[in-house]
Amino acid sequence: MKSETKLFENGKRLDGRMPDELRKIKIKAGVLHRAEGSCYLEWGGNKVMVAVYGPREAIPRHTQNPLRAIVTARYNMAAFSVDDRKRPGPDRRSREISKVISEALENVILVEKFPRATIDVNIEVLDAEAGTRCAGLTAAAVALVDAGIPMKDIPVACAAGKIEDQIVLDLGKDEDNYGSADLPIAISPRTGNILLLQMDGHLTQEEFDKAFDLALKGCYIISDLQKQAILEKYQTKIGVE
Amino acid sequence: MTIIPAIKKDYLINLAKNGKREDGRGFDDFRNIEIETGVVSKAEGSARVKIGNTQVLSGIKMDIGEPYPDTPETGVMTTAAELIPLASPDFEAGPPREDAIELARVVDRGIRESQLIEVEKLCIEPEEKVWMVFIDIHILDYDGNLFDAASLASLAALMTTNVPAKRFELGDDYPLPIKEPPISCTSVKFDNVVVMDPSLDEEEIAEVRLTVATDKNEDIRAMQKGLNGSFTRDEIKKVIKASIDNGKKIREQLYKSIGK
Repeated sequence: MKSETKLFENGKRLDGRMPDELRKIKIKAGVLHRAEGSCYLEWGGNKVMVAVYGPREAIPRHTQNPLRAIVTARYNMAAFSVDDRKRPGPDRRSREISKVISEALENVILVEKFPRATIDVNIEVLDAEAGTRCAGLTAAAVALVDAGIPMKDIPVACAAGKIEDQIVLDLGKDEDNYGSADLPIAISPRTGNILLLQMDGHLTQEEFDKAFDLALKGCYIISDLQKQAILEKYQTKIGVE
Repeated sequence: MTIIPAIKKDYLINLAKNGKREDGRGFDDFRNIEIETGVVSKAEGSARVKIGNTQVLSGIKMDIGEPYPDTPETGVMTTAAELIPLASPDFEAGPPREDAIELARVVDRGIRESQLIEVEKLCIEPEEKVWMVFIDIHILDYDGNLFDAASLASLAALMTTNVPAKRFELGDDYPLPIKEPPISCTSVKFDNVVVMDPSLDEEEIAEVRLTVATDKNEDIRAMQKGLNGSFTRDEIKKVIKASIDNGKKIREQLYKSIGK
């Protein structure tokens, strides 16, 4: 934590946002030709593309579950998505993120319908600027809907954090680097169930509650954007005005 | 060959006998090409190219490193291609396979052998420090003809690259020194018909493939034959001619898209 970097000016954040303001989010469903379902999402400086393949036979065989499908999310960062070129291929960080996203998605997908199958969710981070796991999960949910995978709900993710003793929504790049806490969550908006929860940094109980409420608020805003993106692709097809 | 191409094979061959292609193109026509540059802000240069439904993203990163001992005063370039599972149900995660390596090497050769990047201008301190140029190719959507899409995306990305001198405290950023780009065009042959810019279905039934890169003066700068079939001398002549004609149009579009 560098104290000389000022993260607030006149009550506003470095990028001019208010403490409870999200970065700009743009979601588009169905952008890829080969994929069963796909989504392109821009969230501030993040650019994420997701493709869903399946349900299809899980290979190798020993990964199959005779009672239900497995959900295999693969979070991958492009070599050119960060300041210093990232060596291609999975590292410990992306493996962990892949795992928590897989688990979050598995919760809402009706996996019992597809025994022995896998549903592959490929998340490619093309441009990165803090909060890629939330962006990835949010885009993955839209791609799953686009693929027609039966789900109980459309999951959504958002983070809150703490910078200079203040709780803020959706940390930006410098805020993530110099802030003192980051709390990404994913929820099922229909039930409010928590599907993903991670935290690093330092928060008092009171601050945690505040940050959690704020992240929750962000989730519901983004959830509306997800639904809009899906409607945009399908409303003409199903004749809804 | 998977089931669908096997069924489609007769259909495509019958169409070709009547001088037609599945998507209505002539034998020597490319699909619609879109070029978009500056799509990744963290990259020093980037471009997304669409050829029909095929979509490729190429990003350039630059760093400072040591030169090779035998070329102490020239910059270093490397090309890597990732056939990520996002792009096709048949691509798997993991280390690059044969086809990804071939793709990267063909693109690399096109850029290296045509001396597109003026590497001798990328020396900072002889034997100590030179600029390294990393070309990373991401396939986003695979519907045939990756060679041309990947090389076109890499050209557009390189031509819009800014050397990040400021980040390394070496003065102001400046455009990457670049020469005239060669344009690569790929054809395939099946059942004695040669078609330009194969779609995925055509690629899957192809017996032989030829990539020809040509420059502004209509000279040939690189060629690569692939697969186990063969061409006649006459066919190769025709492919070269068609590659020059298409190359000219693509070059114009490339310059237009980068605003030159």
